Amino acid sequence: MKRFKLLYDIALALSLARWRQTMVAAVGVMFSITMFIALLGFMNGLNDMLDGLILNRTPHIKLFNEIKPSVHQPVQLASEFKDHFNVIRSVKPNGGRLEIYNVNAITQTISKDERVLGIAPKITVQAFYSIGAIEVTGVIDGIDVEAESNLFHFSDYVTTGNFMDLKNIPNSIIMGKAAADKMLAEIGDVIQVTTVNGEQQQLKVVGFFQSGLRDVDKVQSYTSLGTAQKLLGVSRNYITDLQIKLKDLSLAPAMAKEYRNLFDVDAEDIQTANAQFETGSSVRSLISYAVGITLLIVAGFGIYNILNMMIYEKMDSIAILKATGFSGSDVKRIFIMIALSIGILGAFFGLLFGYLASVFIDQIPFNSAAIPNMKTYPVNYSLKFYIIGAAFGIITTYLAGWFPARKAGKIDPVIIIRGK
Amino acid sequence: MSTKVLEAIHINKYFHTEQTQHVLKDITFSINTGDFTAVIGKSGCGKSTLLYILSTMDTDYEGDLLIDGQAMRMKSELELARVRNEKIGFVFQFHYLLNEFSVLRNVMVPGLKLGKYPEKELEHRAMEKLKIFGIENQALKKPNQLSGGEKQRVAIARALINDPILIMGDEPTGNLDKKNGEIVFDLFKKLASEYHQTLLIVTHDQEFAKATDRIIEMEDGRILTS
Repeated sequence: MKRFKLLYDIALALSLARWRQTMVAAVGVMFSITMFIALLGFMNGLNDMLDGLILNRTPHIKLFNEIKPSVHQPVQLASEFKDHFNVIRSVKPNGGRLEIYNVNAITQTISKDERVLGIAPKITVQAFYSIGAIEVTGVIDGIDVEAESNLFHFSDYVTTGNFMDLKNIPNSIIMGKAAADKMLAEIGDVIQVTTVNGEQQQLKVVGFFQSGLRDVDKVQSYTSLGTAQKLLGVSRNYITDLQIKLKDLSLAPAMAKEYRNLFDVDAEDIQTANAQFETGSSVRSLISYAVGITLLIVAGFGIYNILNMMIYEKMDSIAILKATGFSGSDVKRIFIMIALSIGILGAFFGLLFGYLASVFIDQIPFNSAAIPNMKTYPVNYSLKFYIIGAAFGIITTYLAGWFPARKAGKIDPVIIIRGK
Repeated sequence: MSTKVLEAIHINKYFHTEQTQHVLKDITFSINTGDFTAVIGKSGCGKSTLLYILSTMDTDYEGDLLIDGQAMRMKSELELARVRNEKIGFVFQFHYLLNEFSVLRNVMVPGLKLGKYPEKELEHRAMEKLKIFGIENQALKKPNQLSGGEKQRVAIARALINDPILIMGDEPTGNLDKKNGEIVFDLFKKLASEYHQTLLIVTHDQEFAKATDRIIEMEDGRILTS
């Protein structure tokens, strides 16, 4: 320990002797770690936001009945044609019942599943918004307001009005902003909706909804489950979709398959529905890591240069240390200590300034019509980036110090002393 | 009876540049405790080369070297560093003080490396050494505030800090003016006579050499007289 302190004293004296260079090296490390943190925080904040745009509102597993021809045609069930090769032409789907059978039992079973965070029922109603004599197509989703809000951040996208009014006021509707603009509908107005079956209904506008995707806002509106059932003229257990949110998103494909077999319904998992988002996020992360690490490596070269110069300048000191009994490994340790001190100092301030830069970016106003609940640039403050930044900073400086330090350790004092 | 501090046995050294050059030819001699020895010879006769081999810094030679009865030939770099630290003190033509440390700290560095004494005691010992040379009042200054002669005296104090069995000097007065050279020379004499310090000094200064107990004269890589 005492020996270590002596080496440390010498390292400190050498780096203070050239404090400007030492500081430049430390500032280089600091700058690169600052940029690394700010870049990754910002990039990932943006990623989270863009993913959230779709993923937050997408159920991890969706259970529904798809209209499609039956896989098992009657002829295949008949025993006398069992051994025959049956060709059936022009098969059509029958019935067209969109509702999920036995929905209460399914809901109860899924709610008990440990892996499930929550479940929200939904009814999709094809409808027309009537504007005077003109009718515009639209989709009205009947939702369980509380479950939808808890699981899929419904309330975040209601820009005007209170989303709970949907539950509290009978026959109410929250319209897509674009659709409402088209109909010149204000909050409190009553609009007329016609279903595909010809049913007409008056609904009171209690709020506007903005998803960030204008095409969706043009057609989409929300109402409560009860109102939707009334619109369709169906019973209280008519549900077309069950939206399931899981605790772990990665289990979705396996569980979708499991439910498909268990409940005999169609099940779609989020990975199949939105495969491109995963790819986009990971590529963006990869690019920001690459840029950040490049910055650190450049800073590493700076340290390498400065230590090399320091070794040339301090050749005499190294020679006398060796002549008076310091071994090559002692000298090597001294220079590695200098490099590590630069690295640790730079990393510390880099993390600090990186955090401050993130906070600063977080304050910059960012108003986008597409993302109504976003007021400033998004930033991700994940501890992960700080740990990676610090670790890479220190590893790079260690490596940058290692080569000059090894050279210093190998210096032959005889050559220097003789050269005088 | 005096013991052998250093013994060189059939040391040969070659420089391998474009042609192989035989610079030291069969050097055999020994130094006893208390000897004040000067090595003289014309420049290029190999006297400095010999000193670096004897100091263990140069390990590329043939023959055997014993310091304090121990063979240096097969020792590792780490062990040789330890030998230099503990048993040998160096004074070079140039002082090689660390400008970042105070004079006192400079003297203490080899002692701190050895770690035999606690820091407080070492500081006291370093002061004692500085007192021998009359520069104790400069102890807290930085080396670059000192004159050339004073710097060289600090360098000698540093060589003494671990009470080495042998002090080696490579033209220790070579870089000094006549007056300072004499002061430093007198100090060496004082060390030899009052402290019975064993000294081995390489010099080309005839007057310096005449005042020592023993002269080893070299020419063309060989010892002429010893």
